[in-house]
Amino acid sequence: MSSVKQATATGADTRLQSHRHLSDRAIQNIFIWPTLILLIAFNVFPLFYSLYLGFTDYSAIARQAPVWVGFENFRSILNDEQLWEYFATTGRYAVASVGLQTLLGFGLAMLVREKFKGSGVITTLILVPMMISPVVVGLFWKLMYNPTFGYFNYLLGFTNPATAPDWLGSRWGGQAVPGLALWAVVIVDVWMWSPFVMLLVLSGLNAIPEYLYEAAVIDRASSWFQFWRITLPQVAPLLLIAILFRTIEAFKSFDLVMGMTGGGPGTQTELIAVNLYRQAFLGQWRTGRSSALAYIILIIIIAVSNLYIKYLNQMRGEG
Amino acid sequence: MATIELRQVEKRFGDLQAVKPMDLTIHDGEFVVLLGPSGCGKTTTLRMISGLETVTGGTILLDGRNVTWLHPSERDIAFVFQFFALYPHMTVRQNIAFPLQAQGESHEAIEKRVDEVVELLEIGHLLDMRPGKLSGGDQQRVALARALVRRPAAFLMDEPLGALDADFRETMRAEIKRLHIVQNATTVYVTHDQVEAMAMADRIVVMSEAEIQQVGTPAEVYHKPANLFVARFIGSPGMNLVRGHYADGVVHMPGADNHYSVPPDWRRVLDETFGGEGEVIVGFRPEAAIVSDEGTLAGQVYASDLHGAYTMLHVNMNEHDIIHIRSDRLVLHPIGTPVRFDINPEMVRFFDPRTEKAISREVGQ
Repeated sequence: MSSVKQATATGADTRLQSHRHLSDRAIQNIFIWPTLILLIAFNVFPLFYSLYLGFTDYSAIARQAPVWVGFENFRSILNDEQLWEYFATTGRYAVASVGLQTLLGFGLAMLVREKFKGSGVITTLILVPMMISPVVVGLFWKLMYNPTFGYFNYLLGFTNPATAPDWLGSRWGGQAVPGLALWAVVIVDVWMWSPFVMLLVLSGLNAIPEYLYEAAVIDRASSWFQFWRITLPQVAPLLLIAILFRTIEAFKSFDLVMGMTGGGPGTQTELIAVNLYRQAFLGQWRTGRSSALAYIILIIIIAVSNLYIKYLNQMRGEG
Repeated sequence: MATIELRQVEKRFGDLQAVKPMDLTIHDGEFVVLLGPSGCGKTTTLRMISGLETVTGGTILLDGRNVTWLHPSERDIAFVFQFFALYPHMTVRQNIAFPLQAQGESHEAIEKRVDEVVELLEIGHLLDMRPGKLSGGDQQRVALARALVRRPAAFLMDEPLGALDADFRETMRAEIKRLHIVQNATTVYVTHDQVEAMAMADRIVVMSEAEIQQVGTPAEVYHKPANLFVARFIGSPGMNLVRGHYADGVVHMPGADNHYSVPPDWRRVLDETFGGEGEVIVGFRPEAAIVSDEGTLAGQVYASDLHGAYTMLHVNMNEHDIIHIRSDRLVLHPIGTPVRFDINPEMVRFFDPRTEKAISREVGQ
């Protein structure tokens, strides 16, 4: 008995010993390297490889090595009027969707901020759309928009499919209404992401100390005056962060549109990311050209973000 | 300028009685301090006057006008908050101009009025800074400027010096007092610091346990406390209170040889109050005790602190009572030595232990 105990004890000791032999640095390496390798393989390498591919003529399905063509891809993309059209659509989409999300999100935050019976439950419910996968959202909104049996039109009061708008088809009562499909996508994006703006604004609102409002009441400020002079400036930094996030996301918007319209009808909802996907993985698999396009989108997003961040820092510097 | 009148004003938070029904009149141009320990209801009272807190019952009159249910903005009062409550995203100038802008006054009028107030408070060099960059004292000056700028009928101040460093408080205290004299505006000032109250008030309202204990000038509250609470709370240290048995013009206090002969003008009052004899509490301020070898009261020196101008003797009269005596700084009293003293007959007070109230010499009270 005692010898067994002895053996177990020594076994445990040696295990402990062997752990002690691992230096802190070795333990660090064990933890860091797997992550680092994954990052390099799936992020860093594709990043640089796609940059290289952007300067080549290459198709991932062709049995042909990339051929260096210099700036040819970039030149052709920037001269492609069709692509500029897609950029413009994306811009319109971003402005409409981020603008509405900001207004709606802010409004919701102001409502939910007031504590009333069941406000906790309502806040949680409002957050639900944000948690659903975009593809799922796209698919079920496709059903809701359906002119024959979707209940979106029904809720709006259109009960006759013949005179009701066909949202995703951009048609209304037999007439083509260009832009209707884009608005349909904007509505879904607003439905899905206003809660995100609401969440950020809400945390901003809750951080405003109550005594500022007490001071304002004593100073005889009306509710309207309080909103413009206290609430808005106090929330502005967080609101701007929300807008920044949503703008970046709007420019990259893909999954929702793909699930709902696939860019159609025609090219009415062909956002730049959708077109990028089309060029890269459908038809001719123009890997080189699409890599160049991806980089152009990236540069635009960085430029826009920098504008926001500059403004944000300016605001913070003053504060 | 305004008179503020509270009639049976009270506040309950659920089962908690924060302020028991109280009556109080604050006269035009008066500086009234609400003084009391924390949680006594003084801030709640102030907030009810301002309208930031609604009353549970009673009536508040401002210059005879019933404002009980009016919004704070309709009462024409200014409020200075303990933690300044300046708008952090605005410059000092914008902060001060805010009340005028909220009323939609013209740009020129605002500029002119802001300049006047800024000059009065000598904060011209701070105008373009933000509150976060200012010292506590400067923040409070800005808060005062913001309160002054609208020329309100009354000022309400909630521990405005509470958030400042000790050595700076005295300066600001003097400034607020000066402002009050210059403006002659009715001011209600809340503090828990009795030194502050004594220094600033025209009248002090001592509060405790959600009700008024005494209303009076600083001298009245100090020399003629209405009850044991006020006697203990005012002064540092508070009034010496020694319990004894009264009979035949003499109070027998615990401890050997402690027989205090009651001054003749008090004898009749005490005889009447106790019907000949009874338990009484003798009260006297530290400076009312006179150390002398012929003194009728005795004790042992427990400790003595030199306060510069005087020495504070802590004297053990018996196992229950340590009393404080303000004595000459030149006479040494080593610890443990016996000491004899008398009480200045003008400054002695008597309290009834049954009611905890002061016994009054004056007829009809």
